[in-house]
Amino acid sequence: MSQALRGSAAVVGVGLAGLGEAPGGRTAIDIMAEAAHAALADAGLSVRDVDGLFPCSSFHMLPGVAVAEYLGIRPTFSDANMIGGASPVHHLLNAALALQAGLCKVALICYGSNQRTAFGRLAANSLSDPRPYEIPYHPRYPISAYALAAARHMHEFGTTREQLAEVAVAARKWAAMNPRAFMREPLSIQDVLSSRIVAYPLTVRDCCLVTDGGGAAVMVRADRARDCRRQPVYLLGAATAHWHWQISTMWDLTTTAAADSGRGAFKMAGLSPADIDVLQLYDAFTINPILFLEDLGFCRKGEGGAFVANGRIAPGGSLPVNTNGGGLSFGHPGAYGVFTIVEAVEQLRGQSGERQVKGAKTALCHGNGAVLSAQSTAILGTAAAL
Amino acid sequence: MSEKKVNKDERGNSDLGPDAFYFAALKCGKFLIQFCNDCKKHIFFPRVACPHCGSKSLAWVSPSGNGTVYSTTYMTRKPEDGGDYNVAIIRLDEGVQMMSRVDKVAPAEVAIGMRVRAAIRQENDKPLLVFEPAVQS
Repeated sequence: MSQALRGSAAVVGVGLAGLGEAPGGRTAIDIMAEAAHAALADAGLSVRDVDGLFPCSSFHMLPGVAVAEYLGIRPTFSDANMIGGASPVHHLLNAALALQAGLCKVALICYGSNQRTAFGRLAANSLSDPRPYEIPYHPRYPISAYALAAARHMHEFGTTREQLAEVAVAARKWAAMNPRAFMREPLSIQDVLSSRIVAYPLTVRDCCLVTDGGGAAVMVRADRARDCRRQPVYLLGAATAHWHWQISTMWDLTTTAAADSGRGAFKMAGLSPADIDVLQLYDAFTINPILFLEDLGFCRKGEGGAFVANGRIAPGGSLPVNTNGGGLSFGHPGAYGVFTIVEAVEQLRGQSGERQVKGAKTALCHGNGAVLSAQSTAILGTAAAL
Repeated sequence: MSEKKVNKDERGNSDLGPDAFYFAALKCGKFLIQFCNDCKKHIFFPRVACPHCGSKSLAWVSPSGNGTVYSTTYMTRKPEDGGDYNVAIIRLDEGVQMMSRVDKVAPAEVAIGMRVRAAIRQENDKPLLVFEPAVQS
């Protein structure tokens, strides 16, 4: 059955809005709607065409009904499955399922946040979840969790703070080539190491930004995609896995459920890591891409630190990762997953300007939710990859 | 400490849910975790059924209190707000892990692999389970 989904649906529009600092007191749902309309315009479609709704939100407890009301649509299929920042990547899979089953014809995936201008810090629904066995110790959500994972990775595998810093430096080099990125000034490994420690071993430069921003993607069935104005970007494979919610119950802090989501996505796509031209890995913290490169099979467990060293994932390196600058330098409005999709689609359409990965036919998007909790992997490709 | 004694909340109600039971016990100075009578595994955090086998036949047991630091971090904080503090994941010898804090050693000096022992503190008028370096024998 999973093979029947391969190539059955395509992203035909993407949009961004309110990046960095959204002007004029725009709310989270304003930004989400602006991104949605931008994606629909990109697809040559109207909001009137949308009958499948896949929103996620850090602000709305009931994003399905809130976003449908705001946009003025009555969806025939609606799924606001909330697994944190992994949700939009997961929604690619659910949208493909709904499209394939005929439950909707035009699926809209969207996210938006005004956390920077409204609060100046992370705003997330998950902060209000009861965690009586963690909260009394005052972990700073979510950075303590990632610091614990990074510390364990360093202990088990000899990963160094310099190797963590390589991830931030690579992201910044990509961001320097992306006019839409929030932070573009040069960043050195020494800059990262000498920045303020927030949660050892992570400094403020090992952490994602706190920005506003929204993103959206429009999906239709492959047969309809061929008639759209944009070159379709097909969903070749996707899978989601989650093994824990709270970091204290993550038994092995160095192996994430991306091992399962990656295996599932590659199996559906009939591809292996060597077939992927460009990667978008949810980099909430510098340890993330290291863990995901290992768990997704781009290197062996424990070798992620050495793998990213010497600029391998930076511009000019052998494996382009987070070509928009990532959550570390492009922007991180509370949840970053949707931006992995937007950047992958633009790369596959050849629209990425100075940072374009030449001839990219396949892209891997990886979403991460909560504290390494939910993992969603999607593999996208051009018609040549079908 | 018998189960009977801790199996009541502040209003004297018995038949407590897992969280209420755990914290009622902690308030009585008892650190208790669950044990599955069917698959014989320990369980933490407390819940109504075993996450390993689904059994609802769970017992509250007193763990040894001995554990090992599985990972550790310290959060930086201004001195006037209390200074840096430790957050750790502790693996109990019973094979469960939990978030906690290691006291009696500087936050940055807590090390992965360190042997630790549970202690109950009163903090903000509430009992809090923390760990301390195990006494070298």
